[in-house]
Amino acid sequence: MSVDKATVARIAHLARIGVNEDELEPLAAELSGILNWIEQLNEVDTDAVPPMASVHDEALRWRADVINDGGKQADIVANAPDGRDGFFAVPKVIE
Amino acid sequence: MNNYVEGATGPWEVVIGLEVHAQVISQSKLFSGAATAFGAEANSQVSLVDAGLPGMLPVINEMAVEQAVRSGLGLNAKINNYSVFDRKNYFYADLPQGYQISQYLQPIVGEGIVSVDLADGSSRDIGVERLHLEQDAGKSIHDRHPTKTYVDLNRSGVALMEIVSKPDMRSAEEAGAYVRKVRAILRYLGTCDGNMEEGSMRADVNVSVRRPGDDLGTRAEIKNVNSIRFMQQAIAYETTRQIDILEEGGSIDQETRLFDAQTGTTRPMRSKEEAHDYRYFPDPDLLPLEFSHEFVDRIRATLPELPDTKKQRYMDELGLSAHDAGVLVSERDTAAFYEQVATGRDAKVAANWVQGEFFAQLSKLERDIADSPVSAGQLGGLIDLIADNTISGKIAKDVLEIMFESGQDAAAIVEEKGLKQVSDSGAIEGEIDTIIAANPDKVAEFQSGKEKMIGWFVGQVMQATKGKANPQLVNQLLRDKLKP
Repeated sequence: MSVDKATVARIAHLARIGVNEDELEPLAAELSGILNWIEQLNEVDTDAVPPMASVHDEALRWRADVINDGGKQADIVANAPDGRDGFFAVPKVIE
Repeated sequence: MNNYVEGATGPWEVVIGLEVHAQVISQSKLFSGAATAFGAEANSQVSLVDAGLPGMLPVINEMAVEQAVRSGLGLNAKINNYSVFDRKNYFYADLPQGYQISQYLQPIVGEGIVSVDLADGSSRDIGVERLHLEQDAGKSIHDRHPTKTYVDLNRSGVALMEIVSKPDMRSAEEAGAYVRKVRAILRYLGTCDGNMEEGSMRADVNVSVRRPGDDLGTRAEIKNVNSIRFMQQAIAYETTRQIDILEEGGSIDQETRLFDAQTGTTRPMRSKEEAHDYRYFPDPDLLPLEFSHEFVDRIRATLPELPDTKKQRYMDELGLSAHDAGVLVSERDTAAFYEQVATGRDAKVAANWVQGEFFAQLSKLERDIADSPVSAGQLGGLIDLIADNTISGKIAKDVLEIMFESGQDAAAIVEEKGLKQVSDSGAIEGEIDTIIAANPDKVAEFQSGKEKMIGWFVGQVMQATKGKANPQLVNQLLRDKLKP
């Protein structure tokens, strides 16, 4: 399986990663190489194996419905490039 | 019966499917211990998980699982003991993780059925495709700054149930009835408060049109409609828009649209080109969600009587009409109030008072039954006074009005204002004699066979006694005295 330049540009846009035009071709080659390598796994017959099978017999951990977090507005907005009045402020997005 | 819409070139059928997003009632969020209460200070109910900070891991809230199962049971749906959480990837300023944890191919609840009641008294079954658990996003506020959008993450990570219907609805009326019924069921179950104004329930509406008998047409999806009235307006507008396009030889774009409440119209969302490329994949932070049949049975054992069962019981055991029973069970609070009034009293009389005069007074005050100034016990007290002939039904209406104003008990008002019904035949006879003596012409009319003149005499007596005379007694005494 191979990936072309246009696909790389599209994936990069979906992931909001800036990629220069001259990086697209080399990235396409690298990603194709990775996919080809992964594709070897398709040779294994996994029809009878559930997708989330694990050698550990683990179950999802649940927690009780209690409030034991929050109340840290300053911490939450501390990393915001622009925080005002306890909000994150971002360029206007109106649909 | 059909609901076809007549176009210029023939009939069209509207096909509607709904995705109802219902906020789960729980103390804390779906995957974090931050609070869910509405209206808190911005970003004060946010954990580092909800803020999407690196290295934070989601841990599922058992209450959210229980509530989803409870809702599934209430929707007569299949419960899946094994379900999987997936990541739905998209970028938006109020989605700090860059993805929403949702369920895609293996939801917690499968197919179910909701029976909806229509205005003409008929009911119709609407299929439920699935119910899945997912995280809510944060809230964007656009009106606090001219060039900035403010983001509050308090809602980020709150548990939602997305209830997806089958494309089974054929009119705006059916869609409205479906949402009302789903909301009533969730409120009975205590799994969602159904408050559309606060956004704890909202709907995405899928609308398409087709020629009767044809395959499904291309649909438009109207996002985030937050009232039943808006939903019905959006459906009406969309129906006309699509029929106009098709009749002029055009085709419908499959697209996401927004409803504008100001104009009652819908318009396409701007950034739609890649909106549907969500690149779902199983969330590697979460193992599959599994629970036993015993877990489901324990929840099933706690289910309350739901509206359909209750309505049937009101009809079968209390002898109420389908209409009366339907009105009384439509909201859990109303049914609870009615049952309290009816306990130990005539069920039909109680039903008439609750949904007649009581509702009329309540809506005059624009109040809900939950904050009614007159309690169920007080309304019952009023009905008791009619039952034991202390006051007439007519006086009782006035007493109820005073109860709404003053919050007093009926008995106290009757005592204070001297409204006790006069059942002393001597006093009434005196009034009757005076009226008969003053109106010989009317007496003659009655005696010559004009039976309905009796009404006039009753009216005169009631007027003379300020409405306090016992109407049955007045009637009986009048007939005796008017006999030729």
